[in-house]
Amino acid sequence: MRALALSITGSRGVAIAIAIAQWLVRFVAVVLVIATFNFVLVHAAPGDPAQVMAGQSGSADEQMLAQLRAEYGLDKPYPVQLAIYLKRIVTLDLGYSYRQQRSVLSLIAERLPATLLLTCSAFLLSLVAGVSLGTLAGVRAGKWSDTALTIISLFLYAMPVFWLGLMLVLLFSVKLDWLPAFGYVSIGVPMTPFERVVDIAAHMVLPVVSLGSVLMAIYARLMRSAIIDVAHQDFIKTARAKGLKRGQIIFRHMLRNAVLPVVTVAGMQAGTLVGGSVVIETVFAWPGLGRLTFDSVLQRDYPLMLGIFLVMSVIVIVLNFLTDTIYRIVDPRVSLRAAS
Amino acid sequence: MNRREFTKLGLLAGAVGIGGIPLGVTRAVGQTRGGTLNTIIQPEPPILVTALNQQQPTLTLGGKIYESLLRYDFDLKPLPGLAQSWEVSPDKLTYTFKLFPNITFHDGTPLTSEDVVFSITKILMENHARARNTFSRIDKAEAPDPLTVVFTLKKPFAPFLTAFDCTTAPIVPKHIYEGTDYRKNPANAKAIGSGPFKLKEWVRGSHVHLVRHEGYYRPNEPVLDEIIYRVIPDSASRSVALEQGTVQLTQWTDVELFEVPRLSKLPNLTMTTKGYEFFAPHTWLEINNRIAPMNDKRFRQAVMYAIDRKALLNRIYFGLGKVATGPVSSKTKFYEKDVKKYDFSPEKAKALLDEMGLKPGPDGKRVTIPFLVPPYGETHQRTAEFLRQSLARVGIDLQLQGIDVAGWAEKFSNWDFSMTTTTVYQFGDPALGVSRSYVSTNIRKGILFSNTCGYSNPEVDRLFEEAAVATTDDKRQEHYSALQKIMVEEVPVAWLLEIDYPNLMDKRLKNVITTAIGVHDTFGTVSFG
Repeated sequence: MRALALSITGSRGVAIAIAIAQWLVRFVAVVLVIATFNFVLVHAAPGDPAQVMAGQSGSADEQMLAQLRAEYGLDKPYPVQLAIYLKRIVTLDLGYSYRQQRSVLSLIAERLPATLLLTCSAFLLSLVAGVSLGTLAGVRAGKWSDTALTIISLFLYAMPVFWLGLMLVLLFSVKLDWLPAFGYVSIGVPMTPFERVVDIAAHMVLPVVSLGSVLMAIYARLMRSAIIDVAHQDFIKTARAKGLKRGQIIFRHMLRNAVLPVVTVAGMQAGTLVGGSVVIETVFAWPGLGRLTFDSVLQRDYPLMLGIFLVMSVIVIVLNFLTDTIYRIVDPRVSLRAAS
Repeated sequence: MNRREFTKLGLLAGAVGIGGIPLGVTRAVGQTRGGTLNTIIQPEPPILVTALNQQQPTLTLGGKIYESLLRYDFDLKPLPGLAQSWEVSPDKLTYTFKLFPNITFHDGTPLTSEDVVFSITKILMENHARARNTFSRIDKAEAPDPLTVVFTLKKPFAPFLTAFDCTTAPIVPKHIYEGTDYRKNPANAKAIGSGPFKLKEWVRGSHVHLVRHEGYYRPNEPVLDEIIYRVIPDSASRSVALEQGTVQLTQWTDVELFEVPRLSKLPNLTMTTKGYEFFAPHTWLEINNRIAPMNDKRFRQAVMYAIDRKALLNRIYFGLGKVATGPVSSKTKFYEKDVKKYDFSPEKAKALLDEMGLKPGPDGKRVTIPFLVPPYGETHQRTAEFLRQSLARVGIDLQLQGIDVAGWAEKFSNWDFSMTTTTVYQFGDPALGVSRSYVSTNIRKGILFSNTCGYSNPEVDRLFEEAAVATTDDKRQEHYSALQKIMVEEVPVAWLLEIDYPNLMDKRLKNVITTAIGVHDTFGTVSFG
């Protein structure tokens, strides 16, 4: 983000406009480089979609393979394919998945809501729970409650997320029969809109908790150490000397200063939110983007793979920009220059 | 009411139904009409039109939507499908099918002989590799009246009548596809067929919802109101779904084989391995015959002796299958059991390898061979490890190489492998599903399920060719017996097992597996109780 940090004498508005223009040029360049890189990477993997389909059909012949390869445009030389692809991107056309018989954009758009619902809920849950538990542990550093919280968060952090998911299913779905084990909504059951919301919420509990608990553990640990760090700084001593109440010190002074590392890590994590979690989506049969990506890689569905990669890259770049902005809001001392 | 209560209510209603309350009972057949069957589709198919895509899940699901002229009993004898009767001329060149009257597609249009001729000679010829192999032998296809179809062959082809199941010859509506680019036809999303169930909704990544086709031509069918195929990508989750009752039926490899002993003992479930006779999945250790030392017959025989295939069946496949004795499955027609036997004997294996001059080195290894592990689930991984152990005992060192589906298909079909395992379907007749793996005319680089091992024996080629065109079953049996004896002696590949895939189902379900096509059949008569 150095582009934004350029200080130009003159009116502030002009400076910002120039900075944004520069950022946009850079953005387009980065996207095109990423797209080319993706293309090369994707085609470097052995096998092609025609072979995969043949492998799953139990029979094949030359005509079938030639047909499929022509459909995918694989009969043309690589540089030509790359040129066609880049040209399409410039016109904002993500292409067509012959494998799924749908446009790439519609496939992504169809899966994105389910993924965002899952990942954003898990993200929020983990942030709120992680920051509160971390703060709690930090201010009680050394006491037994701190030790207990540290052990729990270490335990969650170390646990493979698919295993946690399966264990939760075994307990809450199979044994107790409280919550549905998979899917995002009951199928084939007539429901009022309200019942539908409740139904989706019930389906969300286990995947959100599984996914959220690992992230939560990370934030809790970060938060705890940051709080301990801040607690020994002079301005806290000053606050205490002023006679401020403990709650006020924690919320007004410690929390705001300690939360910066969490924002940094959360900003990095936010990029993966869009990608979804392949593991969680697989275990809970959640129809999200992560599984779509994974399947498209296995099936060598080139248009779909490239489309997803590109969309994700764009979102990650935008999120990085947003993270920098949030930095400024949380801590006004951080100027755009410092954030770069 | 939440989902769970609803399910319980459903179960209760089902129980009451069995208890004799006449509500919704079709008296004529004594079946409880209605109900929803929940099952699994894995992996999710790309499209549902079986004429255009023949991946396993497409065929399983598509069998409910697209019907074909015939189906087959467990001994592979033809049964009526869309065709109520059929005749073969004495010279075995002319096949005449009579259709049932009043068959309609899901859009209400009548299904006639024109649709059959179009499907067989146009859309399938262009888009279905396996159908193309059979139907390219048709000289003339005629529709003299709306209910009669006549096929005249160029020359006799004995298994012709075995190629009219719903996975080989699904009938599609001519009025929707004629003159269009079939694969890009927007109607593909609607999947209009003539089967007892029609597509209501397909939520990608979640489920495919089928509902009854009210205009179905068979009286009292379908019995069920709806079928929901759920997409559950994780195998452990699939087992849980079955255990929990969320789904009432699993098929093929929905459930990992090591889960089968446990699940089949659950009080609400029952298990059958019937319904795969038509496919007769044959698993073997593929050996690249082009590369030394595997180009030596003695080496391949040694491999056969070195593998304790009974232990493989019991330990890895949990008894779900049979030890294979040769290229033809005992479930397929013209099986010959009187062939050379390869009992488990590391001593014989070592003797053969010694005779070849392949002496063990100081580390006990005679030769190191890379092995591609097929990426089709846990059972294949375990099989690979079992084979490595077995062959290590006689000094053959297998190096297992993991790879994904695309990579495996690429390397395997381009002969860039030494050994791998593969499972090939026999499709009811050696001329349809066996000869393709061994005849030298089918050595085709880049094509999966062709003669990838590179085996070539002019005598075997001749016998396969003559058996395919012979006009009597006795003559065919004679040729097939002869070639099986030769091949078992020469071991082009090391046949391992005839796999019996498990169908696990709710005990209340009736008529699920009634033919050799098993779970691919229409499910028109499937019912709860």
